[in-house]
Amino acid sequence: MIGSDLAILIPEIVLALFAMGALLGAVYTSKDGLAPALTWGTAILFVVMAFYIGVTATGTRVAFGGMFVDDAFARFAKVTILLSAAAVLLIGLDRMARTGILRFEYPILVTLAVIGMMIMVSAGDLMALYMGLELQSLSLYVVASLRRDSVRSTEAGLKYFILGALSSGLLLYGASLVYGYAGTTMFAGIIQTATAGEMPVGLLIGLVFVMSGLAFKVSAAPFHMWTPDVYEGAPTPITALFATAPKVAAMALFARVVHDAFGGAVGDWQQIVAFLAVVSMFLGAIAAIGQTDIKRLMAYSSISHMGFALMGLASGTQQGVEAMLIYMAIYVTMNIGTFAFILTMEKDGRAVTDISALSSFASREGTKALALLVMMFSLAGVPPLVGFFGKYAVLWAAVEAGMAWLAIAGVIASVIGAFYYLRIVYLMYFGEDREGLDGRMGVIQYAGLMVMAALIALAWLPGINLLGLEGMAAAAAETLVR
Amino acid sequence: MDNLLSIVTFLPLVAALILAVFLRGEDAAAQLNAKRLALAATSFTFLISLAILVEFDPNDTGFQLVEESEWLFGLTYKVGVDGISVLFVLLTTFLMPITIASCWGVTHRVKEYMIAMLVLEALMIGVFVALDMVLFYLFFEAGLIPMFLIIGIWGGKDRIYAAFKFFLYTFLGSVLMLVAMIAMYVDAGTTDIPALLNHQFDAGPMSIMGWQIAGGMQTLLWLAFFASFAVKMPMWPVHTWLPDAHVQAPTAGSVVLAAILLKMGGYGFLRFSLPMFPVGSDIMAPLVLWLSVIAIVYTSLVAMVQEDMKKLIAYSSVAHMGFVTMGIFAANQQGVDGAIFQMISHGFVSGALFLCVGVIYDRMHTRDIDAYGGLVVRMPAYAAIFMLFTMANVGLPGTSGFVGEFLTLIGVFQVNTWVGVFAATGVILSACYALWLYRRVVFGDLIKESLKSITDMDRRERAIFAPLVVMTLLLGVYPSLVTDMIGPSVEALVTQYDTALATYVPDTHVAATH
Repeated sequence: MIGSDLAILIPEIVLALFAMGALLGAVYTSKDGLAPALTWGTAILFVVMAFYIGVTATGTRVAFGGMFVDDAFARFAKVTILLSAAAVLLIGLDRMARTGILRFEYPILVTLAVIGMMIMVSAGDLMALYMGLELQSLSLYVVASLRRDSVRSTEAGLKYFILGALSSGLLLYGASLVYGYAGTTMFAGIIQTATAGEMPVGLLIGLVFVMSGLAFKVSAAPFHMWTPDVYEGAPTPITALFATAPKVAAMALFARVVHDAFGGAVGDWQQIVAFLAVVSMFLGAIAAIGQTDIKRLMAYSSISHMGFALMGLASGTQQGVEAMLIYMAIYVTMNIGTFAFILTMEKDGRAVTDISALSSFASREGTKALALLVMMFSLAGVPPLVGFFGKYAVLWAAVEAGMAWLAIAGVIASVIGAFYYLRIVYLMYFGEDREGLDGRMGVIQYAGLMVMAALIALAWLPGINLLGLEGMAAAAAETLVR
Repeated sequence: MDNLLSIVTFLPLVAALILAVFLRGEDAAAQLNAKRLALAATSFTFLISLAILVEFDPNDTGFQLVEESEWLFGLTYKVGVDGISVLFVLLTTFLMPITIASCWGVTHRVKEYMIAMLVLEALMIGVFVALDMVLFYLFFEAGLIPMFLIIGIWGGKDRIYAAFKFFLYTFLGSVLMLVAMIAMYVDAGTTDIPALLNHQFDAGPMSIMGWQIAGGMQTLLWLAFFASFAVKMPMWPVHTWLPDAHVQAPTAGSVVLAAILLKMGGYGFLRFSLPMFPVGSDIMAPLVLWLSVIAIVYTSLVAMVQEDMKKLIAYSSVAHMGFVTMGIFAANQQGVDGAIFQMISHGFVSGALFLCVGVIYDRMHTRDIDAYGGLVVRMPAYAAIFMLFTMANVGLPGTSGFVGEFLTLIGVFQVNTWVGVFAATGVILSACYALWLYRRVVFGDLIKESLKSITDMDRRERAIFAPLVVMTLLLGVYPSLVTDMIGPSVEALVTQYDTALATYVPDTHVAATH
């Protein structure tokens, strides 16, 4: 029995063994000298694992009596997580090395975080969920304060830790209530209690607490407060990581909990998710207007985007989950491209994060500015760029589910949000000419930015059809929502 | 060629990609290459688009050259043309090479400029051929990005203000359209335009928070689309972005804006508002007619007091677009025929007028009317061409401007005499401002020192104007060229509209409270 269970966990086990091996190996050899090679190795391993997961596994398999589920939904999320983590490791490598924070622990911690994320999206039980979540979170707390001698980085890590611990507490409290009223921690058991007759009030309260904890992790308003500070304080390569893979994991976990454990009680959680969605979209859009730091701006942008992804979830349908997955994949693509650029924002060898430094950037670096312009318009959801299709998918799902008001709110929020993306374009193209960025862009960042920009600008074309993303997301959503 | 329309639509985009990826450098040679490539691409697109004309059968009122393939989220990529849209496609492909040739003198970020122009062309053609509602929206909205950049980067002094005004006005307008499209999808279960044309949207009266809405859902949808198209058109009172955008846009930008972009609003009315919401259109038609008349008279008066040539022509565009909306919502054969004719004609005439301004702006770098006078002495050829287009703008018989105005007036007289009477005064007013402009710029004594050395048009400039002169005169004396193409489709549209209205019984009882 145990053998077949373990076979299902091969990717996680490989990564865990790799992390342990790398840790031991690096400690007993050249330590930080090994870091660049280790980072490359980790990224390659991620990509290999992503292919392994994407190509080999089929159907739905359950391990450890339902604690761990391997289905199309989990695989979709895992592939997205692995690929985005690999991309982020590579685009951040150059900056990490030059600022002297490329320690050998970095790729190892990221690997551990990724294992946590993979357990999260495969969780079939509240215990497994919590294990994955904590493995991810603890690794990320450390990564956030990787620059030990910087007050801001340490502050970011501490803030992240305290608020993260609070959210874990909320989640655990909710989980204990759920266990108390359902008598089991298995999702398959919870759903039976949730659907049999009227849902017990305790279970409902437990659900609300669990969802609050999850909302913390996806940085949905009103549980978003940590995001701007952590984004700003953490070293930029780490910020890029925060903005991508953990968001996908948390969002997928969110979907899994509400559908696998509370799938029969859509009406009970739908309002909460819809509320989170509306508040996040508007808060992200409005609060970003006043920001001048591009990392804070991206933080509010991600809050707003999480709102849109939650809108898909709020529709409570298979189509909604599909739209949410598509949205997350597109969101990750846009963020990798944008952060590839932000990572190279430098002047006289020092990192610059103030957006005024972008003033008249287009007159000096036409091609890069054009790529960033594509990213910004796509983040704003202006057609025909791919970002629009993400928004379209979630709006469509909301309308189909009879939540037209939510769709209209989303449209209004996206108009408000368009303003600050437009401001970056405005600065780059129309800003007064002055000495700005002079940072050189490494090959990897340049490739990252250009490939993502090309995808965003062209993947919608008929015939390319988003590279089949829709079909994969549909298959993933089908296994989750039955 | 099975993919004719797709080829025409995406060819400019391919050229733009080639420019973006392969062209390096900012030196004179690279600039010239960019211009040449853009000119070649647009000319080639025009040549291919002529094949549309060959394949097109005017007597078939359905959609032709239809292409359909699977796309995303249950949508289909579907394109095709009918009598209403085919000429707009050709207008676009015809004007783009001229536009590109007119900006030969641009030296500031030429590569990006050409990319923006080519992308814009692809998107504009896309709007006219799209047969899926979402595809239409996609192209319709996307045009904002290149236009925003064209105004903002290459425009004049207050370009940033103008660019933002343009963007926000049109973006806000089209958001309402998107909401309406979502509502339509929910009601009809499809985004396919031919299917939607045959779908009857509920016209039963509605009550929202105590307000009785005659025509119910149709009226609401109509209003949402109206918000978008009226801004693009632009109609009074939401026209104020246009003069700002025009004045600040570079010559080629102005030409594209006036000659093609404004037509998207009119096309939208013809494709969506009139056939899909006949009851809503009928209920709201008086409003549109009176707004059109106000636009015609008021903006003509405003045009008269302008000191800036481009602003004057911009206001005159608003007035001429007033004739278009008036003709469309007269909703009879003459009115709609006239509206389409007016749009085509205005494409040539206003484009040419902005080019005329561009010719002297390139020489003197001012658009102040007061800075000129007596140009006929030094620039006889220019004076002749400017005269022709001024007359066409006024609507002199024998030029294309006359046919459109005349037909729309005939159309509207049958519907509402008073509107017709007031609109007809617009013809007189347009003569006032246009001739006065011409007199102040071209005639009089050449007393200004700065003008003494001004040179007449060179060969390139004459070559640019030649096709426009030919088209303006040709359509003026032989309007059947256009009306034969659009006639059957317009007739079908009007018949469908009348049938829909005949079966509609205004119900005084509120059918449903929701």
